[in-house]
Amino acid sequence: MHVLLAVTRRELAAYFATPVAYVFIVIFLVMLGALTFSVGSFFERGQADLAPFFTFHPWLYLLLIPAITMRLWAEERRTGTIELLLTLPVAMWQAVLGKFLAAWAFTAIALALTFPFVIVVNILGAPDNGVILAGYAGSLLIAGCYLAVGAAVSALTRNQVIAFVLATAACFVFTVFGSPVVAGFVADAVPAGVLEGARRISLIGRYDSITRGVIAVRDLVFFATFIGFWLYANAVIVELKKVG
Amino acid sequence: MAAMIEVERLTKRFGPVLAVDDVSMAVARGEVLGFLGPNGAGKSTTMKMIAGFLTPTAGTARLCGHDVLAEPLAVKRRLGYLPEGAPTYPDMTVLAFLQWVASIRGFSGAEKRRRVEKAMGATSLGDVIYYPIEALSKGFKRRVGLAQALLHDPEVLVLDEPTDGLDPNQKHEVRALITAMAAEKAIVISTHILEEVEAICTRAVVIARGRLVADAAPASLAARSRWHNAVTVRVLPDQRVAAIAALARLDAVDGVEADDHPVDGLLAISALPVAGRPVEGAVRDALAAAGIAPRDLRIEKGRLDEVFRAITSGKAGTSGKAPAPTSEAA
Repeated sequence: MHVLLAVTRRELAAYFATPVAYVFIVIFLVMLGALTFSVGSFFERGQADLAPFFTFHPWLYLLLIPAITMRLWAEERRTGTIELLLTLPVAMWQAVLGKFLAAWAFTAIALALTFPFVIVVNILGAPDNGVILAGYAGSLLIAGCYLAVGAAVSALTRNQVIAFVLATAACFVFTVFGSPVVAGFVADAVPAGVLEGARRISLIGRYDSITRGVIAVRDLVFFATFIGFWLYANAVIVELKKVG
Repeated sequence: MAAMIEVERLTKRFGPVLAVDDVSMAVARGEVLGFLGPNGAGKSTTMKMIAGFLTPTAGTARLCGHDVLAEPLAVKRRLGYLPEGAPTYPDMTVLAFLQWVASIRGFSGAEKRRRVEKAMGATSLGDVIYYPIEALSKGFKRRVGLAQALLHDPEVLVLDEPTDGLDPNQKHEVRALITAMAAEKAIVISTHILEEVEAICTRAVVIARGRLVADAAPASLAARSRWHNAVTVRVLPDQRVAAIAALARLDAVDGVEADDHPVDGLLAISALPVAGRPVEGAVRDALAAAGIAPRDLRIEKGRLDEVFRAITSGKAGTSGKAPAPTSEAA
């Protein structure tokens, strides 16, 4: 446990050791505000909820989460510190999980700083704060999924730009899979079974239902499995790289 | 005594390249093994496999009886490892970095403070503990890497070029540190500095193109040199021709090498013996017969650099021009 904690703490501190953390948080908040109030018509809707706010989270994460994960392994490989980390008495799962938890904690910090939205909507009306809480949970879960994908992709390369682009592409695929737009577009070309399968591993549908306040066990299990799968893939990738 | 490090038929292949080819060796407690070889010979690759960072294509390594493939954590707990280039996290301060390593190693509270202080003391890092590592000079970075490897007082140390980038004083300190620890530990160091091997290593292993080509005490390795038991005398410049002629006539002398330029008014002339047999008496007699009184006379142990070149380039040690005599030979 102390090993996992040490890995996570160092990794989290590394975000704040450079301007990356502050740039990320500021951009995240500014863009979220702009999208919510202009594109999302927060005021014009005249409803006391944060639906327009949460709608944009997955799309914003698509750009910003890979920026968090791209350095996780690629940077260690470039500077050679991965050799230090993997020759200390750190089990592979501790290294993988520790890095993931640090990135997740950092995202949670950024997300927590959106609390003014909650205050504003509570001043303006009487929203269902349970649904808002569910929205935050959903946001954190989908962020966790993107982080797990991004971390695994980062282990593939020593180049952070490649890690960023691959992670964005991979997360995009998992997001739009089975979304109505894509489904309508390929409906004629793809068998119904494939479409159904794609919809099942799509993240956005489950995210939408959680942010509407519907927290289903199977959705939670899905998110946990998704994250677990990519963390496992991450460990396998790092292990395979040792074979050279 | 049981070997603390056992390397068993270690092999590593990167695609078509055979980086390490069937290397076996054992290191016991109290031994300091110098790991030598030209760049790209497979030294670092071998050390990475012992430390569990690379998975061997074939063979394995055991530390204190624990197999690095089967029980990697048991091995890593007992090993102090300085990776090639001494990588450390550049954005951390020296103190924070060593505290972090101590936490990973399972130390906490007063014990952690004591361990970190001791490691910083041993590597003379006291003045820079609050500096970010990226702001440090190459020598300091190397010492931070060394401090990290020593922190848990491991039974086995594997140090990849521990003195690279250090100034002569720091090199001396690190060698003294290694010598002081040598009695209770099994230590492997890789180095390019042959005098370092003669100074601190009890054994030298040479690898070339991935293969182990020599495993012997530095002195017996040096004895393979054609300079082993060579006699070097210093004479006045005008005695040069006569001295060379007198020495070259001896049956026991294989060849004579002479300096072209006098140092402090004297020229060094060396008589290389046949098959490393002692020739001191014959040399003294021959010079006396020629009426030459040498200013000083010393017997060489042999030259590690010459042997190193001979066995790593695959050529015989007798070809080419020998290096100028060095003054530290007895």
